[in-house]
Amino acid sequence: QQIREDLNKQLLDNLVSFLKRSYSELQEETTEWTCRMKSREIPTAALVLGVNVTDHDLTFRSLSEVLQNNITPYIALLEAKDCPGIKNLMQKLMGQLMNCCIDEDSLEDDSYVQVSQNRIRCSMTSLINWYESVTKKTDSVTLRKKRTSSSRHWQSPPVVVIFKDMESFTTKVLQDFIVISSRHIRELPLVLIFGIATSPMIIHSLLPHSVSSLLCIELFQSLSCKEHLSTIIDKLLLTAQCPFKLGEKVLQVLINIFLYHDFSVQNFIKGFQLCIVEHFYSQPLSVLCCQLVDAKKRVNSLSHDQCENIRRLPSFRRYVESQVSEKQVALLMSDNFLKEIIQNLLEDLHVYHENYVSVLRCLHVFTSSLPKYPLGKQIRELHCACLENQVWETEEYESSLQLARMLNKSDLVTMLQQCVEIFVSSSGKEFDKTVEKLKEFLTQFQKLEAEAFQERDVSVSSQKELQKKTDLYHLQKTLLELKESRRSKKLTKFEMLRFEVVDYIDSLVRNYLVPADHKTLHEIVYFNTASVLRGHLNAAPRTALHTALNNPYCYLKNQALKSDAGSISNKAPDICIAYKLHLECGRLINLVDWLEAFSTVVMAVEGPNADAASSDQVDDIIHARFIRAVSELELLGFIKPSKQKTDHVARLTWGGC
Amino acid sequence: KVRKDKAQLTVSVKRFAKKLESISDDEAQEILAEKNYVAALGTCAQDPVGNGSSVSGGEVYSFQTPKRSSKMAELASELAQTPGQSVAPDHSKCPEKTAKTPQSNSKSCDSKKKEFLSTTPYRLRKRLAAPDSYLESESEYSASCSEDDDEEDQKEVSTVLSGGKTPAKTKAASTPPPRNTLPKKIKEEKMSNLVEEYFEAHSSSKVLTSDRTLQKLRKRRLNQQTLNDLLKKAPLAYAAEIKELNQQHESLFSKWMLQLHLGFNIILYGLGSKRDLLEKFRTSVLQDSVHLVVNGYFPSITVRSILNSITEEVLDHIGTFRSPLGQLEFINKRFKEDSSLELYVLIHNLDSQMLRGERSQQILAQLSSLPGIYLIASVDHINAPLMWDQAKLSLYNWLWYETTTFSPYVEETSYENSLLVQQSGSLALSSLTHVLRSLTLNARGIFRLLAQYQLENKDNPSYPGLSFQEFYQQCREAFLVNSDLTLRAQLTEFRDHKLIRTKRGADGVEYLLIPVDDSTLTDFLDKEDEDV
Repeated sequence: QQIREDLNKQLLDNLVSFLKRSYSELQEETTEWTCRMKSREIPTAALVLGVNVTDHDLTFRSLSEVLQNNITPYIALLEAKDCPGIKNLMQKLMGQLMNCCIDEDSLEDDSYVQVSQNRIRCSMTSLINWYESVTKKTDSVTLRKKRTSSSRHWQSPPVVVIFKDMESFTTKVLQDFIVISSRHIRELPLVLIFGIATSPMIIHSLLPHSVSSLLCIELFQSLSCKEHLSTIIDKLLLTAQCPFKLGEKVLQVLINIFLYHDFSVQNFIKGFQLCIVEHFYSQPLSVLCCQLVDAKKRVNSLSHDQCENIRRLPSFRRYVESQVSEKQVALLMSDNFLKEIIQNLLEDLHVYHENYVSVLRCLHVFTSSLPKYPLGKQIRELHCACLENQVWETEEYESSLQLARMLNKSDLVTMLQQCVEIFVSSSGKEFDKTVEKLKEFLTQFQKLEAEAFQERDVSVSSQKELQKKTDLYHLQKTLLELKESRRSKKLTKFEMLRFEVVDYIDSLVRNYLVPADHKTLHEIVYFNTASVLRGHLNAAPRTALHTALNNPYCYLKNQALKSDAGSISNKAPDICIAYKLHLECGRLINLVDWLEAFSTVVMAVEGPNADAASSDQVDDIIHARFIRAVSELELLGFIKPSKQKTDHVARLTWGGC
Repeated sequence: KVRKDKAQLTVSVKRFAKKLESISDDEAQEILAEKNYVAALGTCAQDPVGNGSSVSGGEVYSFQTPKRSSKMAELASELAQTPGQSVAPDHSKCPEKTAKTPQSNSKSCDSKKKEFLSTTPYRLRKRLAAPDSYLESESEYSASCSEDDDEEDQKEVSTVLSGGKTPAKTKAASTPPPRNTLPKKIKEEKMSNLVEEYFEAHSSSKVLTSDRTLQKLRKRRLNQQTLNDLLKKAPLAYAAEIKELNQQHESLFSKWMLQLHLGFNIILYGLGSKRDLLEKFRTSVLQDSVHLVVNGYFPSITVRSILNSITEEVLDHIGTFRSPLGQLEFINKRFKEDSSLELYVLIHNLDSQMLRGERSQQILAQLSSLPGIYLIASVDHINAPLMWDQAKLSLYNWLWYETTTFSPYVEETSYENSLLVQQSGSLALSSLTHVLRSLTLNARGIFRLLAQYQLENKDNPSYPGLSFQEFYQQCREAFLVNSDLTLRAQLTEFRDHKLIRTKRGADGVEYLLIPVDDSTLTDFLDKEDEDV
């Protein structure tokens, strides 16, 4: 278990660092720009970040880190929820700035800092005073050091204020802040950064013209979350390095959650983590899910039980059945032999993954440029399709091949070149031949081109010859001949070559893009229980409640509760009966009627003797049970007490008109 | 209703998508995406989900036809007729028998039942007075529309009920297939009809339910104590099955621990009290670690008290904080400084009245995102997930677990002011007497006057209260006050103790009311008389 946790941690770290890297490009842009910025207005950067709010935190954190390292130590990150008024905003701003200056130059002046922190009355002037003193101090420090450090920051580093979520700030606060700070821009070089989730127009709708004219806004667009997703999938799933793989359904669920629910890369990563945890938790053989070298070692130390587990895997059974009978016996009886075979199989699987990725990329190169994208624009769609079943049997694949057969030459050549690059960069050993073959194709194309060039020369010269003759009839005839010969001869050459290329790609696909389910031992590295994942990430509490109330048999396996889909047995738990009855009511429910109905149902269960007795006690118990059921329904939010009429409750759920 | 449901079920997802399609052509793109999503949902629903929670969305959220309150009675008698069996086949087989049974039912029950049934035609007629093509096409109750006679009371109703039932039933069996192939236009019509109905029903303040109240039942009102006693006597149904369910959930404990340590927080949902389950989790797994149990259902719980208990008892910090945010920052700092600190927080009913506010959820979310704090919580309310937006959700980092237990919410509902007013009546009475005992004789007299006047008018449903001027007159006549001002001073005192309520009528006159129900008031006056 320890190892598993380690693995998880490692992966998470990878992911985070990756995310940061992907943002850094953008940040550099920003930093460069802030350096250049010098004007009377307040320089402002508007970062359009997109709707994936949850990822913004990470962006801003890395952004401020980068800024801190490169430009200025004075950075304040402000969030709307901390700043309901201008006063709070100033307080927060001061606090952050002063804290970061303590971190920056941990000079002895603790007393000064303490004073400033105790001073609650925060104003712009005090901020300026503080700023001046700090900059002077740093100046003096640098002077004293004879500029040996050559001042990492400039003479007067700007103060950067980042508004994380501009939309949720109250307009008044923002306006005030901007107006006030624009008065002091001379003494205090301020830079604002707005984080925007919707569209840049929001600045103008939030701020009136008089205020926004004080700003000098430059717009930056961050990468869209979809691109992030594809890069992550690229780095994580489509490499041979990561031993853990996602099954088709799981991947589909994760992508669906991403596309239809939140656009949050973080959530995607979270889902991925969860998959890893689930896999390691539920699959006892997941010990073998690690780098190939480790896995081989671990295979040797497998216990007998684990060997039995392997023998029970469906994919392994299939493998055994396909073997000769002696080998079957050996596989089933001898642990040592089994271990050897497993090592081989694992290696096979590893090689398969390596090949798979490169061929997939290669195929993607082809399909992504086809019109209408029959196999999807993104590589992830292609990946899903390949995982799902044998891709060459699908209609989409057929049509894409058809389209590929109609590509023009220049496209084809560039694609082939790309493929060669992919194969060369991949680590698979079997691709030498493939590369050679592809290169051969390329040279053939070049030859064709040369030939065509020559022939065109020839034809041009012949045309020139023709032009000398003035016989119109002859001219027409020769032209027609020329045309025909060109079409029949040269184009077929090219076409043949094109067919050859496409067929070759097709054969590659058939060889290497076998769905993972068909591979032996795929259970070790593939996580495929999508329903679990769905349940945990995208739960439906309402549905659960609904089924529990409507059809208690789903949970309580008692024969008495078994009933048709729509109806409900009268032996169901009290709350189910009450719920069923309340479904029949409109917006308001009369408690008395409800109670009557309830007691009728319950009495019927108790049997005729209870009816005959109809003692007070029984009645009371039913009454009490009813009260309990009703108050439970209230807790669940189906009803609430209503003042419109005495002894009525209002129904809160849909459907009660 | 049952039948309609069935019909809707069979066409659930597809129809939903089609409905979407018909909304407008402008949104075609969007709808296409939605349709894809619905399809995706559908495919996922086909996955084998262990506990069968894979009900398609259409079933739960689809528009439903309006219901009549009489249906409740019908369903009740239906349920009562067929103990332990499903209803549908029984009825369709023997129509004669069903025609008889409601009658016998009404006879066998006591007089209350009769009265109950006799009220139904009233409501039926009112409901059906509104033109409603959709309902008429169902033809279930159109027959009873013409029956206007009051005299043909329960007998008529019962025959109509059972008579209308059988044809409708056979029809229901045949309806689903054609409904699938209905032209789009009809569907559109139907939907707009539904929408109109919805707004119609919600715009009118008129309520179409019977006017009976609990008081007329003359049933002894139960207080909390007797309620609990009674419930203890009643055996819990399906104890064995519930136990089995619980054992299933308990087998997940070790998994929860692992996932908590990996930075996830766990949330439990599903019908039934999850308190015992969490308690068991606490006693079995968290015995040796620091943990904090928060009873969210407790009516006076606040985020502040949660934070306080963390700072004071877990972190041993003495002193107060100016704001919860500051407190949170402090906790944050402490946990960051000392990475060995670990705290398990168990919150029963995270969605309770007191904790469901935006600010408190924000604070709890931030708390739960701290690496040293592991949160495991339960929610019950159907709309609980609406509490969180994207940002909070990502802070919480939930893993959802369905834990349907079917165990009664004993603790959770005990603090709730039950809507059946059982305990509040006695409470109000005692508070009334207590407050009045501390007042002067004159003040008591004033209150008595008001109470008596209110009781005299208790049969008048539009009684606005006693106007101030009139009240002043009466008080003067009884030699209770000598001036306008003294009465006002007295009334202010009453109001401060929430004994009376004032409200301005349409004519600007002030009206005085005692916001206590009539029976309590009578009890109070009786008691007062005894004292005097």
